[in-house]
Amino acid sequence: MKLQRKNRLRATALGVIAVSSALALTACGSDNNSGGGSTGGSGDKTTGAASSVKCDGAKGQLLASGSSAQKNAMDLWVKNYMAACKDAQVNYKSSSSGDGIVAFTQGTVGFAGSDSPLNPQQVEDSKKVCSGGQGINLPMVGGPIAVGFHVEGVDSLVLDASTIAKIFNGKITKWNDEAITKLNPSAKLPDLAIQAFHRSTDSGTTENLTKYLSATAKTDWPYPPAKKWAASGGQAASGSGDVAAQVKQVNGAIGYFELSYAASQSIKTVDINTGASAPVKATAENASKAIAAAKIAGTGKDLALKLDYTTKADGAYPLVLVTYEVACDKGNKPATLGAVKSFLAYTASADGQKLLSDASYAPIPAEINAKVLETVNSLS
Amino acid sequence: MSHVAVSDARPAAPAPHKGSLSARSLPRWAGAGFAVVSIALAVGIGLVFGLQSKVQWGLIAALLFILVSYAVTTAVENKRQAKDRVATSLVWVCFILAVIPLASLLWTTISRGTKVLNGYFLSHSMAGVPGFETGGGVYHALIGTLEQVGLATLISAPLGLLAAVYLVEYGKGALAKAVTFFVDVMTGIPSIVAGLFILTLMLMFDLGPSGFMGSLALAILMLPVVVRSTEEMLKLVPNELREAALALGVPKWRMILKVVLPTAIGGITTGVMLAIARIAGETAPIMLLVFGNQLINTNPFQGAQSSLPFYIWEQYRVGSDAAYDRAWAAALVLIAFVMILNLVARGIARWKAPKTGR
Amino acid sequence: MASSIATDTPPPPAPASAQRRKQSTGRAGDKIFLGLSRGSGIFLLVVMAAIAIFLSVRAGIAISKDQGNFLTTFDWDPAGSPPVFGIAVLLFGTVVSSIIAMVIAVPIAVGIALFISHYAPRKLAAPLAYVVDLLAAVPSIVYGVWGALFLVPYLGGLNDWLDQYMGWTYVFEKTEVGVARSMFTVGILLAIMILPIVTSVSREVFLQVPRMNEEAALALGATRWEVIRLSVLPFGRSGVISASMLGLGRALGETMAVATVLSPSYVLSLHVLDPGGGTFAQNIAAKFDESNQLGRDALIASGLVLFVLTLLVNGAARMIIARRKEYSGANA
Repeated sequence: MKLQRKNRLRATALGVIAVSSALALTACGSDNNSGGGSTGGSGDKTTGAASSVKCDGAKGQLLASGSSAQKNAMDLWVKNYMAACKDAQVNYKSSSSGDGIVAFTQGTVGFAGSDSPLNPQQVEDSKKVCSGGQGINLPMVGGPIAVGFHVEGVDSLVLDASTIAKIFNGKITKWNDEAITKLNPSAKLPDLAIQAFHRSTDSGTTENLTKYLSATAKTDWPYPPAKKWAASGGQAASGSGDVAAQVKQVNGAIGYFELSYAASQSIKTVDINTGASAPVKATAENASKAIAAAKIAGTGKDLALKLDYTTKADGAYPLVLVTYEVACDKGNKPATLGAVKSFLAYTASADGQKLLSDASYAPIPAEINAKVLETVNSLS
Repeated sequence: MSHVAVSDARPAAPAPHKGSLSARSLPRWAGAGFAVVSIALAVGIGLVFGLQSKVQWGLIAALLFILVSYAVTTAVENKRQAKDRVATSLVWVCFILAVIPLASLLWTTISRGTKVLNGYFLSHSMAGVPGFETGGGVYHALIGTLEQVGLATLISAPLGLLAAVYLVEYGKGALAKAVTFFVDVMTGIPSIVAGLFILTLMLMFDLGPSGFMGSLALAILMLPVVVRSTEEMLKLVPNELREAALALGVPKWRMILKVVLPTAIGGITTGVMLAIARIAGETAPIMLLVFGNQLINTNPFQGAQSSLPFYIWEQYRVGSDAAYDRAWAAALVLIAFVMILNLVARGIARWKAPKTGR
Repeated sequence: MASSIATDTPPPPAPASAQRRKQSTGRAGDKIFLGLSRGSGIFLLVVMAAIAIFLSVRAGIAISKDQGNFLTTFDWDPAGSPPVFGIAVLLFGTVVSSIIAMVIAVPIAVGIALFISHYAPRKLAAPLAYVVDLLAAVPSIVYGVWGALFLVPYLGGLNDWLDQYMGWTYVFEKTEVGVARSMFTVGILLAIMILPIVTSVSREVFLQVPRMNEEAALALGATRWEVIRLSVLPFGRSGVISASMLGLGRALGETMAVATVLSPSYVLSLHVLDPGGGTFAQNIAAKFDESNQLGRDALIASGLVLFVLTLLVNGAARMIIARRKEYSGANA
């Protein structure tokens, strides 16, 4: 009996220690990362921009998810926004445009990020969660889709739409194929198999790439543009980051992702021969030129854009995408409405948009952006 | 069965009779000698044929080792000894083959994980840290894991314990048989299926993702393990103890609470802790149910949370070096957590080993 | 063996103990306690039933809307119009990767188990057994990340070698370029993952071989290998089989390790070195987030198939174990 009691005492003591250490643990953590640890990168340049954030009493946690293309921009926005608005928290889960829209139409998230506007079916679905309204597309982030490559000994590469289509369609299989060497007379291209990587999940980046390919190289890319990868062959990876990591790792690889992935991982990107006087580099600036020609195709508050993929203007990089934030025009959840409005108002503000070009994205053209701001302020 | 097998062996047993006691045998260092010779040969072959891969060298060396030892032993001793030697070397090869990847796994995790693992990493969340930049930490995920696993344990430990008590102390008839069978079935549920189940419930009742949803799925995974191990432990409690208690007029429920459970408590605790260790690393259900979060959320019932395995997955998908470093460090934290649980569980098992009455 | 005592002779029924003094409290307590414990047992059944029913209902809805053949379609497009999806590739991939894992893991695991139980120096054996048990607890996501960042680059050479020298077998022929994000790599990774559990169960069985049998064989002049072949392996055979089945059950349902390593596609190919293919669990993890309602139901349907598959495998393993228990009981 005595022995038992002693053991029980010991067990209680153990329990007490466990519980109290758990309590101690919950007390010592911190969300504040502004001090040490983080170094360099584009984050530090932009912290000053936070001053323009209007919190408007935004409170609580705002869930959002979707496109991984805008993740790097979102990371910076969230960082600045939360530095300014201590009461609000934004949690953007970067997965894929398809994921974001599903989560939005199920009411899991306050807004979604998508690289392509809602289709009619999705608009219909969104009416269930937007009481009295529907989901609308707010163009927020523009960016070039970089075609990144990794061939040892090759620093720059020029391709045109039809060659890109043939590579991703498995028609060109070697780096020293005639079609490539013709475009790159000076490069020393090895006799190496091309390993083309594409996205395995439904992706807005894929949709924009295939829109571009089917607009400019219809014969070499016979598939209709879609979020789902249609061509056979090639290798798949799940997100933009995953594709970029594979391209970085594998000699002979080629893949596509939003430019900021290439920039931050120092992956070399393809210059596109559009038919302009010189091949166009994938830069935020060149992409802005292409996006500037975009027209609003949405009706009412919906601001979906129509992009011109076939542009041959000098210095305009045609392979671009625009990431939309998808929210309800009316009937946003009351709990998150404040945070949605104030956060999106920040991202669409001059400061928010300026931050984009620093992070290898392209800002939305001024007149469209003005409409976005106006719409954001009218959300209810 | 085995008796028969041994008697079968008898005809094969007699060894060649050339002076059976002083039969020629290889010296004890023969094995090492063969190893040296075959490695030397393999290196030679590798160099001559210009084989690049060190793995090929290793394979050739292993093959040569087996051939050489078989040939020499057959010549010097006899075929049976040669076979024995081959079997021994095969077993060693198996062991080495298995050790290499497992050691590499641990080594990679430790060497890459310690790069960013420090107090800052353990006490900060990922709030406002862009994926490509260094910095940030694992604190929010650690809290998430602790809370989700804790809740899962709170749900499944009492339920599992009671179910096991029912099976051992009361169980008879169809119900007990059914429970036993389905506990077995439940152990085989793939974790993603458990996650799917909770998610359908969640969508049906229009609930948001939260840590608690994750712990429900984890509880489903944990329950059968707890039942099974508790059952085994309760069965080890000697019947004499039960009978003695009952003979003294103790009601059965008091007998179970005061005699059976305390006797087996060490083993039960061990089982529960091993079950915890098992679910702490589950990623798939968490991925579907808790959404993920960059911020600290200490309330498991409200709002998105993160967890260590989810954090590893998330950082892996970012794909930058800084994120990989964080993923490895989190993996190290997770492995350490699981290992400590395991060690403590085994410690308890040894400390309070069930008194089997023998 | 001791475990059989309790079930063979169940403790005397409760009413016998209900004596004069504490009759009332005892009975009430007994009732409550019995109710609680029986309730837990029933709850367990209810959960199982709920899972089965839920998955079946959802799966039924999905399959009825499927415009392809659920069993033979080589595509997964429940969001398309018309929705078309089928589990052929997933079933194939799940089975193939598990078979590869078993072929690699089981012999090696038996080898290690023998090493620990019969070959290793005694001082080494105990810590080794301990380490193997600990390795069984390494979370699968860690294996996954290790596999993707470490194993895949290393297996490139092996793949080329297999292609070059074993390509004539068709199975090892490499028809597409690509890094080793293939079914074969998945199989190897799964093999590494199930190694500890198969080893530790097999080792337990080998240690239970009656000492007498081994000593008898030794006394007859058998070599160590003969002892193992004639007394240890026959005794442990069913144990090894059931251990393998447990490992197989794990390999079938493994999610994260496959999701990180494989380059998924809906192509059915026996060329195991080519990138591509998919498994049930990997497909669910990859597609769940982005699926609409029908897509989720379709994934649930595939989850149900996986559930049944693991159920069959585990059931078989349990039956073999149960039979072995009878044997060992008779021996003791």
